[in-house]
Amino acid sequence: MTRRTHWIAWAPLAFVGLLGLLFVWGLNRGGDRLIASHWINKPMPTFMLPAASADRPGLSSATLSDGHPRIVNVFASWCIPCRIEAPQLEELRARGVIIEGVAVRDRTVDLARYLAENGNPYARIGGDERGQVQIALGSSGVPESFLVDGGGIIREQIQGVITAEDVPGIIAKLQGMQR
Amino acid sequence: MIAEIGHAMLWIALALALLQIIAGSAELRGRAFVPVRPLAVAQGALTIGAFGLLIWLFARSDMSVELVARNSHSAKPMLYKISGAWGNHEGSMLLWLSILGVAGAGVALFERRLNARTLAATLVAQAGLALGFFAFLLFVSNPFTRLVPAAAEGQGLNPLLQDPGLAFHPPTLYFGYVCLSVAFSFAVGALITGDIGPAFARAMRPWVLGSWIFLTLGITAGSYWAYYELGWGGWWFWDPVENASLMPWLAATALLHSVSVTATRDALRAWTVMLAVVAFSMSMVGTFIVRSGLLTSVHAFAVDPERGSFILALLAIYIGGALTLFGLRVGSMAEGKHFALLSREGALVVNNLLLSVILVVVLVGTLSPIVAEAMGSQISVGPPYFNPWTGMFALPLVAVMAVGPLLRWRKDDGGRLRRWAPILLGIMAAAIVALALLAPEMRLLPMLGLALSVAVAVLSFVPLVGRNLRRTPLPVYGMVIAHFGIAVALAGMATESSFIKERLIAVAVGESTTVGEWRVTLSDIKPVVGPNWTALEGVLLVQRGGSSIWPFPLASERGEPHIMRPQARAFTQPPTETNEAALLTTWDGQLYAVMGQSAGDNRWQLRLWWKPLVWWIWAGGGLIALGGLLALIGRINPLHLWRRWLARREKRKYPNGRYAA
Repeated sequence: MTRRTHWIAWAPLAFVGLLGLLFVWGLNRGGDRLIASHWINKPMPTFMLPAASADRPGLSSATLSDGHPRIVNVFASWCIPCRIEAPQLEELRARGVIIEGVAVRDRTVDLARYLAENGNPYARIGGDERGQVQIALGSSGVPESFLVDGGGIIREQIQGVITAEDVPGIIAKLQGMQR
Repeated sequence: MIAEIGHAMLWIALALALLQIIAGSAELRGRAFVPVRPLAVAQGALTIGAFGLLIWLFARSDMSVELVARNSHSAKPMLYKISGAWGNHEGSMLLWLSILGVAGAGVALFERRLNARTLAATLVAQAGLALGFFAFLLFVSNPFTRLVPAAAEGQGLNPLLQDPGLAFHPPTLYFGYVCLSVAFSFAVGALITGDIGPAFARAMRPWVLGSWIFLTLGITAGSYWAYYELGWGGWWFWDPVENASLMPWLAATALLHSVSVTATRDALRAWTVMLAVVAFSMSMVGTFIVRSGLLTSVHAFAVDPERGSFILALLAIYIGGALTLFGLRVGSMAEGKHFALLSREGALVVNNLLLSVILVVVLVGTLSPIVAEAMGSQISVGPPYFNPWTGMFALPLVAVMAVGPLLRWRKDDGGRLRRWAPILLGIMAAAIVALALLAPEMRLLPMLGLALSVAVAVLSFVPLVGRNLRRTPLPVYGMVIAHFGIAVALAGMATESSFIKERLIAVAVGESTTVGEWRVTLSDIKPVVGPNWTALEGVLLVQRGGSSIWPFPLASERGEPHIMRPQARAFTQPPTETNEAALLTTWDGQLYAVMGQSAGDNRWQLRLWWKPLVWWIWAGGGLIALGGLLALIGRINPLHLWRRWLARREKRKYPNGRYAA
């Protein structure tokens, strides 16, 4: 065997080593791997949803540019993580944050029971019966929340449950948008 | 108690794997103290026993076991309760290990051609693999963990996964992967002892063949499952999970051909060993990609970085170890026999190179989103990359496949080639002219593909010409049928992608629409109730006729109406909606109907496809697997093997259970 063949023999190992480094990096790149919606820094898509709950009005995109920053929370009564998120939403509401709800593929009866059990932090709840608004927002699941500034522009997307640690940050961000 | 027994069995099996490594290494150094073979058999029996216990837990819906509570539901049909045992991360890993254990036991029981040292080294490698995965299972994904307090009811199974296809699809792929692990162990064993030659290749060949059959079946079934269950109407999406199963198949296909060269002609030794390592590495990388959440996929389940790190560590040890061994030993490896470029070996080398290139194309495409992310940008790679790049290399590969079997081993005078190549080219040219006239809008690659498939379909039978058909060995028939299957599948792919007709429309009850030459009438919408779902079912009356867009007009099936019943299903546990597509199969294609939502004002969304020759793709896949099966039966006659094993048992009268090699 010549020297050159010898060198070639180690090439697969080197290639696999590089691949391994890539994989290590891939595993450790942390939590910022969520697919961002294309709507970030763009105005809310136009929609008008009927009221999903008897005691709250429906939600239309026009409402979102009334000058007040707020959270648009995509949720559903059939979504278990939404129940986990409910206390945080309640706390946000108690601290003066306006929260609008989009109830995805939900039934009035189920939604009423859900709100009775988990509290109703929402100012308005639009019923997104066929999930069209959810799709238009590029949201991949429930729960998902959008921070919308007073001009109706989406500034941030939070995929999954808002945790207790997220609450102060969200309040700060919304206050920042107020100015 | 069942769960605890299962857990204990796994720990004992782990200990046996460790013992097997120690005993095997001792035997390699000539200081054997415990026979290795029975250890492998016991380890396999314990693992399969543990898996049986897990199935039992699922069958009786024992909600005090966390895995059952998370993945099952007492209202599920029994078939899906049982398949739920492996429809999740932990259970599927245990299934993987059970098959690994059985394969290891199989090697220990039946392998007699290999010399004793290489076999011992092989069993050490196999035990090393098992040990790593036992550790993975017991430390980070224990299927037998108890849930305290027990759940009252389970959390169901993804309704998309409640399908007979899913019950059998993953096990099939796992069989494929595990057989590759045996090939890997053989390669490592041969590298350790330096005994690489025809005996080693013949010992490895049935496992490669078996793996290849299962992978072919698994990919074919997976493709069909995605086709009719997901309701997207496609049969291949270049999704990372699909690629993860395609890459080992490509490597196994290359290995299958190169191991034949080594077994028959004692050439390509280093290449065969290398491919055995690559093929198993690809199945490991596939598992890693699917399980670690490294890439986003529609199929991914159980995403967990901790498990990802564990698999990555195993990957580094096994692949890195094998390649290091390869680098150390390749220099001292005897070179093997030489051959002329124009020879069967030459054609097989070209086949191997093209397959490897396609493998690299798929690997690069699959990993490029993460490479790009490492460089700081986001891209997604899809069919516009994969289709032309793989097609570009696949077509020459198919052409070589048609020609290769006509060549002689070692050195060919080109006689048969001169006789048959004009026929190949003639058929292709005629087909291209015909297609260009009949379907001028067809794109180049599908057109070449279709023309080539016609020519290859004819040429694949040439190896039988001039042979006594009754005395032709089974593996030759296997090759012929598998190559013919490739032609059939290729014809299906090229035709479907070129002549597909699609219609998305909202219709009211009583209204009609057309797709291709079919006339479709929505005659009724009615509610249907299943065991754990409710659905709206559309009743479609379909009739062939109408305007003929398909270039080859057909006389058959014209006029008679058929009924199709697509459903939009709603599951309650967990609340999910799925579309149950309705299919109408004719010899030349399938009509595919999906029910959508109500579009308001009493109209319903309907998605209709006419897919010419689409089922040929899976029929081709089936033929390929059948060809592999014939070759396997030709190589190892199971009855013969069993009789030999019984005879050996009779003869064995050695003390301490030591048996002669």
